[in-house]
Amino acid sequence: MPRETLLNVLLMTALLAFPLWAHLADEPFLITLTTRAVIFAIAGIGLNVALGFGGLVSLGHAAFFGLGGYVMGILAYHAQTYTPLMEVPFLIEGTKSMPVIWLVAIVLSALAALAIGALSLRTSGVYFIMITLAFAQMFYFFTLSWPTYGGEDGLSIYVRNSFPGLNTMDPIQFYGLCYGLLMLVLAFVWALSRAPFGLMLGAARQNEARVAAVGQMPYALYLTAFTISGAITGLAGALFADLNRFVSPTMFSWHTSGEIMIFVILGGVGRVFGPVAGAVLFLLLEHILGGLSPYWHIYLGAVLLGVVLFARGGLYGLLAGREVAHD
Amino acid sequence: MTDPILTVQNLNKSFGALKATDNVTLDLRAGEIHALIGPNGAGKSTLIAQITGALPPDSGNVGFLGRDISGLSTAERARAGMARTFQISALAMDYTVLQNAVLGALGARGGVFQMLRPVMRNKALLETAHQALDTVGLSDHAHKRTADLSHGQRRQLEVAVALTLAPKVFLMDEPMAGLGSEGSAQLITLLDRLRHQAPILLIEHDMDAVFALADRISVLVYGQIIATGTVDEIRANPAVRQAYLGEEDA
Repeated sequence: MPRETLLNVLLMTALLAFPLWAHLADEPFLITLTTRAVIFAIAGIGLNVALGFGGLVSLGHAAFFGLGGYVMGILAYHAQTYTPLMEVPFLIEGTKSMPVIWLVAIVLSALAALAIGALSLRTSGVYFIMITLAFAQMFYFFTLSWPTYGGEDGLSIYVRNSFPGLNTMDPIQFYGLCYGLLMLVLAFVWALSRAPFGLMLGAARQNEARVAAVGQMPYALYLTAFTISGAITGLAGALFADLNRFVSPTMFSWHTSGEIMIFVILGGVGRVFGPVAGAVLFLLLEHILGGLSPYWHIYLGAVLLGVVLFARGGLYGLLAGREVAHD
Repeated sequence: MTDPILTVQNLNKSFGALKATDNVTLDLRAGEIHALIGPNGAGKSTLIAQITGALPPDSGNVGFLGRDISGLSTAERARAGMARTFQISALAMDYTVLQNAVLGALGARGGVFQMLRPVMRNKALLETAHQALDTVGLSDHAHKRTADLSHGQRRQLEVAVALTLAPKVFLMDEPMAGLGSEGSAQLITLLDRLRHQAPILLIEHDMDAVFALADRISVLVYGQIIATGTVDEIRANPAVRQAYLGEEDA
């Protein structure tokens, strides 16, 4: 078995075994911690489609993470207050159903990513970074000053949303749900990376002129990748809001964009399972270093510096070696 | 006589006061290699960029297979059957040689937005890719990373990717650039065969290659075509000798 596959299996097994152990040992906090890792991993996998596969350095993925969060918050808020979301021109009511919330989160984030991407992808490099950042900050300040849904205080949801056949308030059951979604997202992105679209997108990242010379438009590839990327991160946002039963403008802040990017870089840019490893490592560091000092970000910075300087391929590059072209 | 495959009519392009392309008219007929030569800065690359659609001309038009393609983008022209090679190799360096070849076959055939089936299991694409690698003599290196190829092998791969497009015309921008004499000789043999598949507009500095291959030669100086003719006519043309070949002797 190639070392990369081995690492994938180890990682996914650990993510199954550890929460089960925590469940048996009656440590709900550790289950919740692992749930966060899994949700962050999904957000990172989303960003990785744009950043890793397409080479699109987006510092605005908080926009989609937050959008997913607010989809959950707003729909559940209207359901718990028994008020319709809107009545004109047609009636839309809130909902506590997770599958519906996920679907709306995915569709809305995809649409937002399509619009933001269509404008941002006219630029590249530093300008692309700044424009994506600016879009996310627009959402941040908009929600901050929107009193209907709590403004800067955010929005609390009293009971976690429901999934048919499960008690989602039970930490291990909610974890199972998130883990299942992580597997689905990984399967999709893995297939995508090997499919015609993945090959052409990777080629655009390496050489745009080549892609045009074989009859394809880099812009269309980038825009599609950015849209998929936003949709996946949006799903993660909806899950994150459900985990905390709380949404606030913080989800839109550029710190969030930065953290999602850290998952990708720590794990290994462009590696399908990289963001999973990155998110786990991030939370491990937060848990261990956070116990040492409230200023644990200093140590995180040192670790990041080490990765960027000495292990460009992140955890996966370090442990599994350079990515081998698969054919 | 059959209609030309590619026609360039009264093309003009200026950058400020500099006329980079000055009323250029040329054509490319089936089965021929038409070489475009000229000293550095004559406007050869500018001309190629206008033919491939990378640069819009100020006036004039480009015809391909009997229709005006002036309004088409680079990608659309490539899909219509215009295959180019680059002066400086433009390949996906992290991919294998085979993946680069598959890229060409995929780009030309479409279905790029298919997201679930593995591309490197697609028999039709693989067959086209292997065939092209075979033609240029890169079969043994199919699974090598492109970045690990020698310079000469990259030039061969450029031609192979162009081949996978099943092109109606080849535009080759200095394919011999940087090759040793052995590499050049190999490529000359290859291009000699390719002309029967699709005609070649060949931009080249290597005069031995041009004289060995070209059916016709056009000479570009300061954006203008000062002469078009067979190898012997061009060799004998006094204006050409002065403007171009003379400089080389000096």
